Amino acid sequence: LGIAVRQQQDVVSVTFVRANGDKIKASGKVGDSLLDVVVNNNVDLDGFGACEGTLTCSTCHLIFKTNDYEKLPDKPGDEELDMLDLAYELTDTSRLGCQITLSKDMDGLEVHVPATINDARAA
Amino acid sequence: MLQKLLHLTSRRTGRGLSSTALQGERICIVGAGPAGFYAAQLLLKQLENCRVDIVEKLPVPFGLVRFGVAPDHPEVKNVINTFTKTAEHPRLRFFGNVSLGKDISLSELRERYHAVLLTYGADQDRQLEVANEEQAHVISARKFVAWYNGLPGAENLQPDLSGRDVTIVGQGNVAVDVARMLLSPIDRLKVTDTTEYALEALSRSQVERVHLVGRRGPLQAAFTIKELREMLKLPNVKTQWRIQDFEGIAAQVDKLPRPRKRLTELMLKSLEEQKSSSDREKHFLPVFLRAPKQIEKSEMEFSVTELQQNSAVATDQTERLPAHLILRSIGYKSSQADKDINFDDRRGHVKNIDGRVLKSNGSDEVDAGLYVAGWLGTGPTGVILTTMNTAFAVAKTISEDIKNQIFDTKSIKPGLQVEELPQTVTWKHWQRIDSHEQKLGQAKGKPREKIVSIDEMLKVAGI
Ligand SMILES: Cc1cc2nc3c(=O)[nH]c(=O)nc-3n(C[C@H](O)[C@H](O)[C@H](O)COP(=O)(O)OP(=O)(O)OC[C@H]3O[C@@H](n4cnc5c(N)ncnc54)[C@H](O)[C@@H]3O)c2cc1C
Ligand code: FES
Repeated sequence: LGIAVRQQQDVVSVTFVRANGDKIKASGKVGDSLLDVVVNNNVDLDGFGACEGTLTCSTCHLIFKTNDYEKLPDKPGDEELDMLDLAYELTDTSRLGCQITLSKDMDGLEVHVPATINDARAA
Repeated sequence: MLQKLLHLTSRRTGRGLSSTALQGERICIVGAGPAGFYAAQLLLKQLENCRVDIVEKLPVPFGLVRFGVAPDHPEVKNVINTFTKTAEHPRLRFFGNVSLGKDISLSELRERYHAVLLTYGADQDRQLEVANEEQAHVISARKFVAWYNGLPGAENLQPDLSGRDVTIVGQGNVAVDVARMLLSPIDRLKVTDTTEYALEALSRSQVERVHLVGRRGPLQAAFTIKELREMLKLPNVKTQWRIQDFEGIAAQVDKLPRPRKRLTELMLKSLEEQKSSSDREKHFLPVFLRAPKQIEKSEMEFSVTELQQNSAVATDQTERLPAHLILRSIGYKSSQADKDINFDDRRGHVKNIDGRVLKSNGSDEVDAGLYVAGWLGTGPTGVILTTMNTAFAVAKTISEDIKNQIFDTKSIKPGLQVEELPQTVTWKHWQRIDSHEQKLGQAKGKPREKIVSIDEMLKVAGI
């Protein structure tokens, strides 16, 4: 039982909200990046993570709620900001998903996926 | 290229033909670059029964990801993994070594498919339109890039790297890539997939100063901040700005949108630091507000420009820059691969509205069932991300048009047959080339050694 509880605590649930309002629930482990969560859960976001987390594409652009954004432990570095500068619909609370590592207190996190990556036009 | 044996005319009509022809939409994509692969990915997902064939001129896929993206940016090439997944989809076939306009015509493709999507990119470059441009010491950055990246046919360029000064006309990302390739320590390039002959030539290079010349000012600089930051970090290379180019710039920084602001701040910071930095071996020299005027031996003359509403206007003043080699890097443009393509010669792209190709009668009428995406449709701007977004959008448009029955998708279409095109490189063939290249590279500590000759590619593929 002890192990089961510990494992549960290590699981962090994340909800991705598409531009059209659709919510996709997924989960990851502490230490995973948000890109890992998308990949491991097969979250259906076309084109997401094109450079596979090497900070050279900005397709993993996610928009955080102000509160959540401020709580993120690490501020974006120059290289991440450089790539974000190329992202569509850049906001003040934008980050690159491949640079965000899950911690326990992120459980229940909700992040928005910008429309241009996951175009909602047809939906 | 070899003219392939085609028996298309005898098999023209699709109706009631071969038993292998199944129901479902048949879509042909011309060009296996990012636009083609991203569009295919979305089409296969959105149209459950569609079958997609990708026709590619070269025996090898991936377009400018293989032949454009700089060898020292291998991470950018990770998109290849996604493209490979798409290529292995059971409803997709790859026809490499088949060229639109040579081996097959657009009208033949349109008879054999319900829809055709053109994504054959941009393979020409814009000219400076100044005197002496045809001289041997003036080459296009596009050719230089093709040379170090092993595009078949580019291997004999022999750029003259025996002089101290190279002047690059243009300041976009391609120009900066080229500058970085010229100034990077050779040991850094040896571990990349730069072609062996280019490594050899670069290792003997005498180039010490690279001038990067733009018509407009620092606030209009066309390179991205990532490319600039890389230049600033290059070992043994000193970036030297011209102080006069930055007069009044600092005062404007706060009003700029974030990306422009950060880029400008980085330039200003680097300008600030250049006073203190020690002498290094090589120099990267961005020059603003100069428009190409004249080419001479070992020199290039520029007009000093003034900004008027963000565009550069030449004044009477001129300046000469030393230029043992001149690299023209003012943009790519597309070509008309087939006479039936409604092509805008002046702008160098296919006439379209949101990816729907227009009829060539000069009207705004759409040619139903014919589409364009990627650089061929948008013009040669933007990064892979930009290309991805527009290709996704065009794929969606195609799916919607099919769902709304804008054009016929009910008749049975035969598609292409591999047997009709005896020298077709299929995906299996490409995989042989791919693993052969990786093996060749391994021996030298490189990710791959690209095969440059088409004959050799076909031999390795077993064709
Ligand atoms: C030098 C350079 C460096 C770049 N570096 C980066 C970078 O670091 N990061 C980034 O994000 N973006 C980069 N880009 C931009 C990126 O390469 C483009 O956004 C993208 O490749 C455009 O895709 P495309 O599919 O429209 O065209 P292409 O990639 O050009 O693909 C077109 C394909 O069509 C084929 N074709 C041509 N003619 C025919 C024909 N007649 N019949 C059949 N097939 C044909 C070509 O062989 C090619 O495979 C770079 C571009 C250049 C030029
Ligand atoms: S996956 Fe490319 S920058 Fe994050």
